[in-house]
Amino acid sequence: MPRPGFVLDVDRSTPPMLFWHGEKFSLERLPSDRSRVIYPAESFPGLKDPQGAIRDALENPLDMEPLRALLHADMKLTICFDDASLSLPKMRRPDSRQRIIEAVLDLAAEAGVDDVHIIAALGLHRRMHDYELRHVLGDRIFDAFAPNGTLYQHDAEDPENLAVLGETDHGEVLEINKRVAESNLVVYANVNQVAMDGGWKSLVTGVASYRCLSYHHNPESLQNTRSLMDRHHSALHHSIWRLGKVLRDNGPKVFQIESTINTDAFPSPFEFLSKREWEWTARDRMTYLATSKALNRMPRRAARKMFHGIEAPYAMTGVYAGFTESVHERTLEDVYRQHIVEVEGQTDILTLGVPFISPYNPESIMNPILVMCMGLGYMFNMYRNKPLVREGGVIIMTHPTYRDFHPVHHPSYIDFFDEVLADTTDPAVMSEKWEKRYAEDEWYRHLYRTGNAYHGVHPFYAWYWGAHGQQWAGKVIIVGGDPTAVRRMGFTPASTMDDAFELASDVVGRSPSITHLHVPSVLVADVK
Amino acid sequence: MSSKRYITRRAQQVAARTEQAIRSVAKPLAKYGFPFRAPTVPRGISIPEKPDTLGSNFETDWARRPLASVVRSAFTAGPMKLMTSVLARPEVLGLDRLSDLARLDDPSPLIFAPDHHSHLDTSVMIRAIPKEWRQDLVVAAAADYFFDKRWKAAFSALALNAIPIDREATGRQSAELFRELIDDGRSLLIYPEGGRSPDGWAQPFKGGAAYLSAKTGVAVVPVHIEGTGAIFGKGMKKPRPGRTRVIFGEPLTAIEGENTRRYNARIESAVGRLSEESVSDYWTAARKAARGSADRVAGPETASWRRKWQLTERRRREVSGRNSRPERSWPNLGPRQK
Repeated sequence: MPRPGFVLDVDRSTPPMLFWHGEKFSLERLPSDRSRVIYPAESFPGLKDPQGAIRDALENPLDMEPLRALLHADMKLTICFDDASLSLPKMRRPDSRQRIIEAVLDLAAEAGVDDVHIIAALGLHRRMHDYELRHVLGDRIFDAFAPNGTLYQHDAEDPENLAVLGETDHGEVLEINKRVAESNLVVYANVNQVAMDGGWKSLVTGVASYRCLSYHHNPESLQNTRSLMDRHHSALHHSIWRLGKVLRDNGPKVFQIESTINTDAFPSPFEFLSKREWEWTARDRMTYLATSKALNRMPRRAARKMFHGIEAPYAMTGVYAGFTESVHERTLEDVYRQHIVEVEGQTDILTLGVPFISPYNPESIMNPILVMCMGLGYMFNMYRNKPLVREGGVIIMTHPTYRDFHPVHHPSYIDFFDEVLADTTDPAVMSEKWEKRYAEDEWYRHLYRTGNAYHGVHPFYAWYWGAHGQQWAGKVIIVGGDPTAVRRMGFTPASTMDDAFELASDVVGRSPSITHLHVPSVLVADVK
Repeated sequence: MSSKRYITRRAQQVAARTEQAIRSVAKPLAKYGFPFRAPTVPRGISIPEKPDTLGSNFETDWARRPLASVVRSAFTAGPMKLMTSVLARPEVLGLDRLSDLARLDDPSPLIFAPDHHSHLDTSVMIRAIPKEWRQDLVVAAAADYFFDKRWKAAFSALALNAIPIDREATGRQSAELFRELIDDGRSLLIYPEGGRSPDGWAQPFKGGAAYLSAKTGVAVVPVHIEGTGAIFGKGMKKPRPGRTRVIFGEPLTAIEGENTRRYNARIESAVGRLSEESVSDYWTAARKAARGSADRVAGPETASWRRKWQLTERRRREVSGRNSRPERSWPNLGPRQK
């Protein structure tokens, strides 16, 4: 039985804590008697027979007929799936999406369905490379569908292949992929790594146009999203659910399949990353020393390649199918059961070790904007009820924050950093002044549609993702970050953790309370 | 006389003396009969027959002892791997279908049931089967072929961990032995066709794998091997190196109330689907299987020349069994747009 997550009060006998530092990690000693560390629950065991569980979910869906009954020979069937932004790190093969889609295709073949399209629901993310598609879907599906053009990736900028399905009472227009809109049945194969994923968000963002996404991916929505992991208190999710209602009323029948995974993110020899520090064995300590020394001497490119090559031994912990809203509620129960840790009260300083990866840099570089997005967007939002840090408190992140950008994946990020951030770091101002220019830039559009680049507007969305954290915190300090890059983003650089605490004292006084969110492994703090 | 010539001369003398010495020792042995040679049998006497220790009676327990296992591991990792790589260059697909079982702490044994085209199949399979099952794998081998001579039987048992099995009817003794081995945690490689294909098409499956699976509850893994028939098929005198492909299917277990014949038919059609998958793709194979229109693994029931003819057409679509690449089949994109 896995042990639940808990809050550790740091005393003098507590060992130093593990902090991610991009492609490196370090051990930092936190001040005793006023620090606490939130540890996630241990990884849940996976399903013994995931294949059987999927078949069972398809035969006994929630609030819908079994998939078998919805399939008939002369129908248009479209299967959509989450892109490479899930899971992090990528799960070892076979991926949950491959298992789900193969089970769906088996039933479709039995029903004699000929017209099947498989679409990667990218939204405005970069197109996946062929090897990534193979990894997610498996060779069998790729070889059967890619050569004849029935496996492809959504294009949010293709006016001929977008269709308007209606409008919400807030004036939000639902514009989605035409093939999806015209299908008799849409099946969505989902991987829910965190509570933010799934539900209507899968289709309404995955196969939508830029126009449709801009209704909820904006500073106002994201500053009122309290938090991303709590859809009932998230303005972003409210907007998406309104659009989902339009899809339900005017669009094709949607059969949602959501699967959850455990938190077993690192294979051997990196298991020590998920262990509690005082339980490290002699072997773990040796591995830590050897790895951290090697990483300190390794070229950044090699370290990045090594970490992005990791295949996580994630196991499927649950799978539900049927009507989107019913399915998502069950999925959320499972996700929360695994991730929720109860925490008493807020803190003055929140410390976050930012890892080498975020949803927007699989097989790519974690540029400064993504560091902000990961720290203030994702990690800060890992809460329910109240943020872990009090309003006006200090957030301390550890990351090298080097000015490196992937020229193929993140071309607009480079200009965003040099041009937009030089002008303003205020999400509302940049949205007003700069967003349209980037969103409609023909070169970025071309790179998004034909290459492997994120959409021109994506750096704005990444920045908005951290808007709530940016607005909430009195000061953001990045330890070990490139000073120029850190200052460009409006944050404060610090050389060491002690320096960071010293700098924070200007805002929170000389003896602040400190909370450290222990990653890896995912947790959502339920702050009372 | 130069030193070089002197050394040559001395070497010749030593060789001649050695030859003479050997001859003088061997001569009396050649001249003497019994007891140096086998006795002749007096006329009118019939010697009672000794119980046959070859064929399906060959004792193979010794081949599963630790020392024999070590020798076999070395043989598998060395000469067998080399031979397989040089002759067959196998591409292994579908292992993801076994990954859930492989990741269990104690993976349960499996019965691997491939189609059979060549003697190469066993070495290709042993190399292709994941290590979780390879170590404890036993191979069901035809008693009348692999166990008809003592040296052949010993070699098969040691190198392949082969167990003799009657092709025509699985005897009670063989069946009991296989059950014991499976209960003991050993996996089994068995060719349900009972022998190599005579013409390149598969033969009807016999029920041995289905019977053992139903009796022991162990899953059967359908496997399709492509290309070995063209490399070293039945009747070929020497191998023609080429490429091969091994496709593992989804493990199957007997459904409650299903008799062995139906279960066997299900295994056969699963292998047929994999065979179709290897020449087309996963989706086409799934649809054909669902419609019941998949090419029969056993080939069309027509005249032999037409079977051969169709086989040639099929091999044209296969990627394995030869060194050259198959013709590229481009998707039909319709008439050119102006």
